[in-house]
Amino acid sequence: MLKINNLHKEYPGGDLALQGINLELKKGEIAAVIGPSGAGKSTLIRCINRLVESTAGEIILQNQDINHLNKKELKNARRKMGMIFQEYALVERLTVMENVLSGRLGYLSFWRAWLRKFPQKDINQAYQILDRLGLKDHVYKRSDHLSGGQRQRVGIARALMQNPDLLLVDEPTASLDPKTARQIMRLITEMARERELAALINIHDVLLAREYVSRIIGMKKGKIVFDGSPADLNKDTLTTIYGEEDWNNFKDKDQENLASEGGNDLADREQRKLQLAASTSN
Amino acid sequence: MSKKDYNWQLKSTLRILKEILFWAAGIWLFIYCWNIISARTIWPFVYDGAEQGSKLLMRMFPPNWPYFIDLLRPIWDTITIATLGTLAAILLSLFVAFLAAENTSPHPLLRQLALLIIVTSRSVSSLIWAIILVIILGPGVLAGIIAISLRSVGFVSKLLYESIEEIDREQVEAVEATGASKFSALIYSVVPQVFPSFVGTAVYRWDINIRESTVVGLVGAGGIGLQLNEAILGLKWPDAIIIFMMILSLVLFSELFSAKIRKTLI
Repeated sequence: MLKINNLHKEYPGGDLALQGINLELKKGEIAAVIGPSGAGKSTLIRCINRLVESTAGEIILQNQDINHLNKKELKNARRKMGMIFQEYALVERLTVMENVLSGRLGYLSFWRAWLRKFPQKDINQAYQILDRLGLKDHVYKRSDHLSGGQRQRVGIARALMQNPDLLLVDEPTASLDPKTARQIMRLITEMARERELAALINIHDVLLAREYVSRIIGMKKGKIVFDGSPADLNKDTLTTIYGEEDWNNFKDKDQENLASEGGNDLADREQRKLQLAASTSN
Repeated sequence: MSKKDYNWQLKSTLRILKEILFWAAGIWLFIYCWNIISARTIWPFVYDGAEQGSKLLMRMFPPNWPYFIDLLRPIWDTITIATLGTLAAILLSLFVAFLAAENTSPHPLLRQLALLIIVTSRSVSSLIWAIILVIILGPGVLAGIIAISLRSVGFVSKLLYESIEEIDREQVEAVEATGASKFSALIYSVVPQVFPSFVGTAVYRWDINIRESTVVGLVGAGGIGLQLNEAILGLKWPDAIIIFMMILSLVLFSELFSAKIRKTLI
């Protein structure tokens, strides 16, 4: 349903963010995109709904070449692409309900949008989704009064309100604590599976990606350098994606991390080492 | 480990020298200007100031209390000039500000035009606008209203377009990513973000305009300034003090009122 051919993006100033991306996503397929900061993950996602204009290549979504749509056609295409942001990107001063309903703005005239006159069936759907995401008690709250996890769930609700075919998810858990991050990641993948949505999820947390997603795409310097199942992620593949590092303990450590759920023992150990070093040098 | 001392200073010696020179030049300029001003002041008049002031105050007493009734109409005119002038300015500056803000302007040429309007409006004080308008429209409240609004458009637009330029772009992007049109995104995501600063600016400007509209009457553009002018020219000091008291209480009232509005709306 989504096919990307030889996609390039050069930012003004000569920064090559994408250098020939080829990618295919089937209906209902969920893929996590991992890679170091600056690898072009966000650019890739933003090129698909043209928040960023790519410089060359084609993006075919449902047999439509996204890059050749005019303004009106692009708006129509965007209605079918839900996006979830790292910093939630909710309109902070609006209520939860207004934010969720904004997922339907593509179908509403300017005046109706101004007066918040949404069709009854949209309102019903919004209530159902909010109920499903555990936000039913927060309908009238202003969204800047919510916690991070709740805000991200409003972000998910807004994306689902669009009844999208494709979910574009940009670092959904990077601003959340480990427990909430897991809940959010579970929720996104669950909802996508329930509705058979294709989803592209940018994520820094490799362990989280490995746990919830069956396909992992590794990016480095604007190119796809890995595309396979979580089981294929090993010392060598991680080195090609992220570069040289001692990956040997990666697996053991994440199991420890998972067991303690807070995941601070790595930092603790580092600190103990530093204290030890300090005490011996005295 | 070597026992070398590292040299660190916040400011280099050269920099300190430059700063001393800068301050010395500033102090010299101040003394120089002071001398010029002093040479052109007729000091005996100034020494006399306290006495003249107290005499003026004496002439104001006893105040002409009943004159208060005659002032109700002019003070109402003053409030009208300020309020209608501000309202007109707000309506106009909504358009001007969205054209002037870099992130919402539809075209660079329109943006330049909007910036030109802002500069023109800001560079002329409302008293001068009033003088011009009284010549064109004749004396009266209408000239005052237009003078006040012409001066306020620039002020309100400037503060508003600056706050539009400071909004969080991602919130707008998120709404546009749902397939919303530019206009829908504008009212659904830009407007909520700038609303508090907009209300703040509007009320603040109204507060300023109350004060300005007491002055535009001096040149015939309606309001209490007209009476003040008459009282001073006719040496009717017992009337003048009533006018001063009225203006003072009006300004106090507007201050309290705008503080209250700001608190409830934001």
